[in-house]
Amino acid sequence: MKYFTRLRVRRVYKWRGEPLSFNRKLKTFEYGSLVISVDGLPRTTVINAGQHILIEGEDEDNPYVAKVIRLFGDESGKQKKAVVQWFVRVSEVPLSKLKLLGREPHPQEIFLYQGRSCDDEVNAESILRPVQVKHLDRAAPFPDSGDKDTLFVKLSWDSKTFRELESAAPVASPPPPTPPLPKPSLPPSPPRSPPTAAPAPARRALPTPDPAVMRRAASGEVRGGRATASAGKVGVTEAESLHLASRLSASKCSSARRRKAIARTPGVRKKLQLSSPEATTRQDILDEDRASEMMLAQRLSSSPPLTLRLTHSLTPLRKAGAATTPRAHRLTPLRKAHAAAVTAEDTAVPLEPDSRTPSARDDSTSPQQGDETEAELPTASGRTPRRRNATPRRNSSSSRGQKASTPSRQTEPNQREPGLTVLIEEDNENSPMLSAAAVTPRSSKRKSAQLVSSRIRKQLNLLENLQVLNSDGDDDEDEFVPSKKELQSSSDEEEEEEEGALESDEEEEVLSKKSRRAAAGSCTPRSKRKTTSTSARTPRKTPNKKIPPGTPRTPRHATPSIPSRSLPARRPGNVLEEARARLHVSSVPESLPCREQEFQDVYSFVESKIVDGTGGCMYISGVPGTGKTATVHEVMRCLQHAADVDEIPPFHFIEINGMKMTDPHQAYVQILQNLTGQKATADHAAALLEKRFGSAAPRKETTVLLVDELDLLWTRKQNVMYNLFDWPTRRHARLVVLTIANTMDLPERIMINRVASRLGLTRMSFQPYSFKQLQQIIMSRLNKVKAFEEDALQLVSRKVAALSGDARRCLDICRRATEICEHSPADPFSTGLVGMSHVMEALNEMFSSAYITAIRCASLQEQLFLRAVIAEFRRLGLEEATFQQVFVQHRALCRVEGLQPVSVSEGLAACQRLGACRLLLLEPSRLGVLQRVRLNVSQDDVLFALKDD
Amino acid sequence: MSKRTAKDAHLPVGECVTQVQDILRQRLCHQRLPDKPEGVESQHRHLLELLKRTAIHGESNSVLIVGPRGAGKTMLLKCVLRDLLEDKEAQKSLLQVHLNGLLQTDDRIALKEITRQLHLENVVGDKVFGSFAENLGFLLEALKKGDRSSSRPVLFILDEFDLFAHHKNQTLLYNLFDVSQSAQAPIAVVGITCRLDVLELLEKRVKSRFSHRQIHLLSSLTFTQYLERVRTQLSLPDGFPDSRFAQDWNDGVKTLCGDKSVEEVLQRHYNSSKDVRSLHMLLMLCLSRVSVAKPAIKPADLLEASRLCFADAKANMLHGLSILELCLIIAMKHLNDVYEGEPFNHQMVHNEFKKFLQRKSNSMYNFEQPVILKAFEHLQQLELIRPVDGSSAKTQREYQLMRLMLDHSQIMEALQKYPQCPTDVKQWAMSAFG
Repeated sequence: MKYFTRLRVRRVYKWRGEPLSFNRKLKTFEYGSLVISVDGLPRTTVINAGQHILIEGEDEDNPYVAKVIRLFGDESGKQKKAVVQWFVRVSEVPLSKLKLLGREPHPQEIFLYQGRSCDDEVNAESILRPVQVKHLDRAAPFPDSGDKDTLFVKLSWDSKTFRELESAAPVASPPPPTPPLPKPSLPPSPPRSPPTAAPAPARRALPTPDPAVMRRAASGEVRGGRATASAGKVGVTEAESLHLASRLSASKCSSARRRKAIARTPGVRKKLQLSSPEATTRQDILDEDRASEMMLAQRLSSSPPLTLRLTHSLTPLRKAGAATTPRAHRLTPLRKAHAAAVTAEDTAVPLEPDSRTPSARDDSTSPQQGDETEAELPTASGRTPRRRNATPRRNSSSSRGQKASTPSRQTEPNQREPGLTVLIEEDNENSPMLSAAAVTPRSSKRKSAQLVSSRIRKQLNLLENLQVLNSDGDDDEDEFVPSKKELQSSSDEEEEEEEGALESDEEEEVLSKKSRRAAAGSCTPRSKRKTTSTSARTPRKTPNKKIPPGTPRTPRHATPSIPSRSLPARRPGNVLEEARARLHVSSVPESLPCREQEFQDVYSFVESKIVDGTGGCMYISGVPGTGKTATVHEVMRCLQHAADVDEIPPFHFIEINGMKMTDPHQAYVQILQNLTGQKATADHAAALLEKRFGSAAPRKETTVLLVDELDLLWTRKQNVMYNLFDWPTRRHARLVVLTIANTMDLPERIMINRVASRLGLTRMSFQPYSFKQLQQIIMSRLNKVKAFEEDALQLVSRKVAALSGDARRCLDICRRATEICEHSPADPFSTGLVGMSHVMEALNEMFSSAYITAIRCASLQEQLFLRAVIAEFRRLGLEEATFQQVFVQHRALCRVEGLQPVSVSEGLAACQRLGACRLLLLEPSRLGVLQRVRLNVSQDDVLFALKDD
Repeated sequence: MSKRTAKDAHLPVGECVTQVQDILRQRLCHQRLPDKPEGVESQHRHLLELLKRTAIHGESNSVLIVGPRGAGKTMLLKCVLRDLLEDKEAQKSLLQVHLNGLLQTDDRIALKEITRQLHLENVVGDKVFGSFAENLGFLLEALKKGDRSSSRPVLFILDEFDLFAHHKNQTLLYNLFDVSQSAQAPIAVVGITCRLDVLELLEKRVKSRFSHRQIHLLSSLTFTQYLERVRTQLSLPDGFPDSRFAQDWNDGVKTLCGDKSVEEVLQRHYNSSKDVRSLHMLLMLCLSRVSVAKPAIKPADLLEASRLCFADAKANMLHGLSILELCLIIAMKHLNDVYEGEPFNHQMVHNEFKKFLQRKSNSMYNFEQPVILKAFEHLQQLELIRPVDGSSAKTQREYQLMRLMLDHSQIMEALQKYPQCPTDVKQWAMSAFG
């Protein structure tokens, strides 16, 4: 809390420049950018529309991520607002939903938020700083950068499901015509989608094209941003081609492309022209590659101002495009071209010239290398490289085909090109075109590329084995495992013998690509491709030894599971089996009969709380087996469904059970884990939850917490219960707590006043089922499966209703009755249904006490001992005697019965046996003859059992 | 073939006796399951059906096998498992977890053991297994992830089930039963216990989740069945190498069971206890008396074995006491008679002993006080006497209150058999007043 206030004091937010537009209706001015200056520091941060920013939230370590769509202020200039597109962090997605992801989320992963429950208007004052967000393809691995401030977007999240980013994009409004100047032309009305959707594909760090993007591109939707990016891409190819003899032709081709792009998006032209001189200067700095690499590393690690800095360096578009590093930002600058004018960056400015160097770097280190280090330092996880290795090739053909049709789409494929070519050439060792290799910069580039590819190969190999080792399905493996075919091919590549055939394959593929490329009318690739496909062989033969064998990473949060069976479980075969399956307590009934009223009450309670965005507590009591938990679950299912169809706002549902934790304080841990996926100690979890529920947040969903078996959360100070009931009363908590326990008066009995008071008086009691209800429950479960006689059902229901009203008991008895029916000898008159006799037998089995049978089945001496016990009790007039006393009686009884007198050892043994069955209650046996004996059954029962003999 | 069996039929007697010992010991020491459990056919069928449904249909179940000690609960379960695993399908899918209440004394240990037996610890790799809470969460997660049709069924066998009910909150039982009553991985929980009141031990929530199936093993064995069982237990199987020896042996067993005295002894055993273990104990003693010189069980062997079985442990201990210690015991007996079982101390015993020495003794001499104290302490070490619970350790040893742990009958019996017991001591013991 302190931290926040301090920050607020220190930050000054100012609009920069004149308002871009004025909204008459709302009387708001729209601005292009916002300057954040920090008191006492000369540097300022500029926030532009379209930029990703961090917005302060409840968690200081993980501020909210969003993307600025619009900046506007009111007339007075007092209020500064921003319309943002939210992103959610992994920690903000409810844990239960995280499972939908099907893999371990990357800690730096964020999701495009498409839910509706969050206000997308925020105070500009809550903006902390810009952040770097990279859009990745779904299949792409996460680059492993040490840079904590770079976040990755792969999927969108609409509070229910994860979706591909692109699938969401079309839903949003079509991208606006690309502005010649970044912001002004942004249409004010639906500003959300274009910035999020359009840049996403263009910034893709990995070269896999997205079908959705392609589609959009094909339909001509993608304009300016895309086109400019493509121009940048052209720059990349050009950069490479510069070192070729065919430089001229390359530039020609690129300019041809450019022309095309320009033709479509006139706004871009200026920029492109601007950038062209840069290309020439680039050559001068060829040898600075080393230094630039280091710079690059530095820049990557220094995060926040990065975007802004890049803005400057990007003005020369060509260069920026050529540099592989700032690829992620290639698009942004165009949006805010005028931002180039802003050179206020204190730290960034000195770096400015260097930022150019990365472009030169690719001469010696190859863009491939750059890609590698930047986007996915291969250490991230051993598997990433393989994916990478495999994907481009697969996707290339499709992308290329598309490119042929619409040049604007060249963005993607082009961008991918460097990596692609390198990968391909590895396989085309026997390609005849060796001539170009003579060019020095190229060769160096080749070397590094080889290095990388051999590394990839090596790791691939290792992983191959590893994968076999830990092949039992942990979730995050899927993410990395390429499709089977790819796996096959990539592994095959390792095998020298099969090389020939494969190579021809590859060759074919390359050829087809080439042809497609030719169709697209670009002249670069042809020569380049051939030349690039020269060396490949070496790396494979001299595998790089530097890469340590990847240690098998055991997933940290592996969720274990019972191995699955080889054969699926058999389905029920006949009516009785079917009935038995339906009567099993575990089978989820279609509806919950006989609890309509309770259902309604709970439903309306929770629904109203969710709709109002308030919190509350409810206490539900009832004896075991009266459907408390089932009803609440049913309510939650219905509410979830309602939320799914947008009838009510979405909410989290969390469930904890006092019996399923080892200690009351574990409740905090479990709640936190369900809520955010974090693991913490009980104390820490309590503190985090306290903060979460105690503080306001710009966006928050209602949380519904079910606490089952509440009485087990009792502690001496009752702080767990206190907190659970106190949170809902907080203003911003939006927490609904449903508690379940057995006793009706639990709040009065075990809770101290301040806890009981917070629990409130919203109580509900589930009465034990009446026999009619039980009958109805069975009938509804059976659902027209005719397995029981009417009378039999009634008997069961009446019996259970009289005893406990426990529906579980009722179902168990019915199940047992079907078994008995199944094994009873076929009676010619029987209907094949479960009849009275079967039910009676089942009832007897379950309800009759075994004591009497046990006494009847006991040995003679044991029976005599019991008699002696009763005789001694009668003599003493007490219900307790020592063994010694009973033993005297026992011996006497033996004489009466005409048996040999028993020894003490024998008598003691009989006594102990009876004690083990708990027919007698005994003191510890070390007391020997002095131990006291009591009966555990009534004397009448004993006498009754012994009478018949 | 017939020639060969004929040749084999004449094994040396020593060989045969070794074979007999081998076969019968396996039987009597519970190393081999009987082909068919006797007297519990319906229970066997019930349990087998139940477990089969779990193994094959993936239906979750819970059941308790209840019966007195030695009734054959574990044997029944083992037989069922053996029969169940003959089914290839069940064999392939069924996972077993064996827990024993005497070993897994709390839920933490039990959870670790379950994880180990399910081979789930591989999933966490070399990570040292975390806290109890983590363990529980881990296991529940594992079970929750499964579903009825695709997960392998898990059979939980809880031996000494009643001891699990004493664990804190009955967390393990609640969770096992809860899984068995919800649509998670199919599990069968089989509890084995000898307590008839086991359900009363379960907490109401746990009890509600238990399916209330109990299989009672209460043998209503009659004496003829008992005799028959003795005979089958001792008879040699048909496959015995030396058929003539086997024939002789089986005939011998038959005549043995027909013998009047043997029948009497067996009747006494039958009266005392019907459980199989005590019978096996008796037969084992008989079997160990079989030798090359005497390749058959004779009635005398059985009588001797029976005598050993019924021997009173405490009375046997008295035989090893010195005369002085025996005299002290007798003095204590008299004190018990006089004061009707009230506790006594060393000084009182000593006084009683001195009275005897003054009045009647002609063979006994007085002993020094320390010698008598030493004897007294020895008796305490043998637990023939034990201090009264309440008496504090602070009191001087001479005045610490004690109780005699022997019955009069034991003392008299021991005196009868005590070698060279002085007559006056015997008379003193028999006399009504010290």
